[in-house]
Amino acid sequence: MPVSLKKNPVDLAFLVITATASLSVLVLILGIVFVLFSESALSIKEFGILRFIFSTDWNPVIESYGAATSLFGTAVTTLLSLVLAIPVAIGIAIFVTEIAPGFLKGPIGVAIELLAAIPSIIYGMWGLFTLAPIMADYIEPALQDTVGRIPFVGILFEGTPMGIDLLTASLILSIMITPFTASISRDAFNLTPAIVKESAYALGATKWEVMKNIVIPYSKLGVFGGAVLSLGRALGETMAVAFVLGNNHQITSSLLDAAATITVTLANEFTEADTDLYLSALFNLALILFVMSFAILAVAKFFLLRAERKFTR
Amino acid sequence: MKTILRLVVLVAMILLVGVAHAGDTLHGAGATFPYPVYSAWAYEYNKISGVKLNYQSIGSGGGQRQITNRTVDFGASDAPLKPEKLAELKLYQFPAIIGGVVLVVNISRVKGGQLKLDPDTLCKIFLGDIKYWDDPRLAKINPALKLPHKKITVVHRSDGSGTTAIFTKYLSGVCPEWNTKVGAGKAVKWPVGIGGKGNEGVANYVKRVKNSIGYVEFAYAKQNRLAHTLLKNAAGNFVEPSLKTFKDAAATGDFDPKKDFYLWLTNAPGKNSWPIAGATFILLAKEKTDSNRKVVRFYDWAFKNGDKTAERLAYIPLPESLKKKVREYWKSAGIY
Amino acid sequence: MTRVRLRKIESFIALSLCSLAAFAGIFWLFFILGDVIVHGASALRLELFTNDPAPPGIEGGGLRNAFVGQLLITFFATIIGVPLGVLGGTFLAEYARGKRIAKLISILSDIMVSVPSIVVGTFVYAVLVKPVGHFNGWAGAVALAIIMIPVVLRTTEDMLRLVPWTLREAAFALGAPYYRVITQVVYRGAAAGIFTGVLLSIARVAGETAPLLFTSFNNSFFSINMNEPISSLTATIFQYAMGPYDDWHSQAWAASLVITLFILLVTILGRMIIKMRYGGK
Repeated sequence: MPVSLKKNPVDLAFLVITATASLSVLVLILGIVFVLFSESALSIKEFGILRFIFSTDWNPVIESYGAATSLFGTAVTTLLSLVLAIPVAIGIAIFVTEIAPGFLKGPIGVAIELLAAIPSIIYGMWGLFTLAPIMADYIEPALQDTVGRIPFVGILFEGTPMGIDLLTASLILSIMITPFTASISRDAFNLTPAIVKESAYALGATKWEVMKNIVIPYSKLGVFGGAVLSLGRALGETMAVAFVLGNNHQITSSLLDAAATITVTLANEFTEADTDLYLSALFNLALILFVMSFAILAVAKFFLLRAERKFTR
Repeated sequence: MKTILRLVVLVAMILLVGVAHAGDTLHGAGATFPYPVYSAWAYEYNKISGVKLNYQSIGSGGGQRQITNRTVDFGASDAPLKPEKLAELKLYQFPAIIGGVVLVVNISRVKGGQLKLDPDTLCKIFLGDIKYWDDPRLAKINPALKLPHKKITVVHRSDGSGTTAIFTKYLSGVCPEWNTKVGAGKAVKWPVGIGGKGNEGVANYVKRVKNSIGYVEFAYAKQNRLAHTLLKNAAGNFVEPSLKTFKDAAATGDFDPKKDFYLWLTNAPGKNSWPIAGATFILLAKEKTDSNRKVVRFYDWAFKNGDKTAERLAYIPLPESLKKKVREYWKSAGIY
Repeated sequence: MTRVRLRKIESFIALSLCSLAAFAGIFWLFFILGDVIVHGASALRLELFTNDPAPPGIEGGGLRNAFVGQLLITFFATIIGVPLGVLGGTFLAEYARGKRIAKLISILSDIMVSVPSIVVGTFVYAVLVKPVGHFNGWAGAVALAIIMIPVVLRTTEDMLRLVPWTLREAAFALGAPYYRVITQVVYRGAAAGIFTGVLLSIARVAGETAPLLFTSFNNSFFSINMNEPISSLTATIFQYAMGPYDDWHSQAWAASLVITLFILLVTILGRMIIKMRYGGK
């Protein structure tokens, strides 16, 4: 610090207060880990950590609990939504940074930001009332009649199209994370030095070639970090999927089947768990979710920081 | 900055003062099965007494949990707790209302009361053994009905539920395969289907998903105009869910205050008994004498004045003889 | 010649796809917003704000309890979360500027911003609901505050950093202690930015549902007692939309419209302040 602190008691008090406030973040994180861990101790003792994670049983009758079905639902919806969201998000980012005429840039940017501000429960409700019937009546039967006919790929689309399934949930999730991913990608693209781009244009490169060969390689760390960050977001989303996932603890090969994610299991069963072990198993799920998303977000942050550093140094 | 702070303090103070003057509020949570009738009673009771009875339908499992942890003033559950368990958790238990679990379907051109089911086909559908609506086993008992070749979507509960307890208790009783493979409980490991949250959620999903079948409390079927099915009872007759057939089932039950009224009404032997009936129970914490008195006062009022509302919603009020037993139970507990 | 053409065609196709993606994004926005507006507006009536819920089947129920409950919970969450966030951000940008601990807390806060909100709900249940013995409004407010703190903290830090260091030096030269420099010079310079951060954090938590399910729970009656379960718009939307009654559905749409418009307005207001104060981004 370039300034020498005068030894003033009020100043010292203010320093202590602000320091305490900032440490609250640290305390919260440690507190969450500690509390979730101690609350799930019972189920960890009963099942063991690994057996809990790999057991597909979720059976309140015989009080045998495992996280595998919820982890499956979480993994499938998260990954599928990323697969659907990332190309669109990158497309949007390219459009906003390179293609859009000046007068469109602002409005489209704002529209995307607004899409990100809509609360997730609105997405969920809209999904149940509007999207699910469309999926059940048109999109899913159409998928079954086309890609569903291809051997091996077809098993992904077996079953009754009911609109309340993994596919619909993933689609809603992807709509939700697209704006977020897009705005991070856009920020990453904007970090590309203009002089490099202009040199490429001067050599006669087309716009797409500049994007493909200059901007994207230049910003790949940032875009990748953004994608991982979106992964972390999608992982913990509750309400957007709670309405349309169907809440069934099963591992299924078809995307047209109901499933459960960790978040949906918590939302549905937390206030209803009637035994200590049941509640403890739910806390255990929450702990797993927290650790997973924390790790993923940390990785994302790492890449984003590196991307930033590359250009600021 | 300072004016904002002052404003904040002022608002907070007003709120705290307001809190001190708030009226009597009773918090209950549990079974979704009786939610329509409890909320209707609470609405009327609030008008005449000013007492707010906040009943949240979170499922019977939740009701038991919340009262065990004493997070609410009373819990509600469709699955009765055994007397030993009640003693261990220091709880009182009494029945409040009787109702029936019915099966509802969403098949195009099939109206309420047309589809017939017997214990075997019902069990096979919920086991995932009967997969299509035009299965010969269904066609055999429904010769007059043309059922489509469409896959059946089973809708069940995703939460701990007394409705599920009654339904699976029934299935386990009539279907050995169900008993060994799945069993009975407030939440079970379902072989097939999608899960809705609460009776509300199941009704909503059946309404929205074509070719589905689900089980809900009768009031939910009625209020949402869902198509109910007929079901073969223990006496071998196909019966329609109605106040009459529920009453018939209720009449066979012998509730014993000494056992804290622990009793299941499933597969009742009567000629016209609806086979999946059940009472729904209120759980009170023994040491909370003050709030217990208030809860009991509410149910006493409901026993006296709520029968019409209950019947309008397709619930069976407790028979007068049973109400008398419940009042004596309260008296002996010193909360009446 | 043909090679140039090919490259141009390739470029055209790729760029068209990008434009398509952008319009797909806009399409969803209008689809969702349009749907909420159409359904919500037709269900919006005065009783929604003046009446409390009626049991299913009885006409004339409203969501007064949920509107008031939501305001209370958000209000107290702001009171708890904003001071902590602003003070914490101050520490990072001022006293600990450039230190390792500042960097670490800053990164951790960034991570906390995206941590699943439902986990926060379970945490607060264990800390504030179980020991107290019943669901209560304070738990809901604390859960939302926990989500707010890192958001406010990070924006405060960023905004304070934007205040030029020379400004502080000028104040130091006049002999002012650091705390006075911060409260009277730096805060003044960053006020608009911090205020925007607060606005955006309110917008963020006002739409949260998951952390409220296990904390403030729900209440079908009007209540302003934060020691008891208290209703919120979002938890009510969840209950009503999942329920089977048409009346509930239309009320859920109306509530969604109100909450969406509120959040979008606050978000737009925040962006306008930023734009006016800092120009551009």
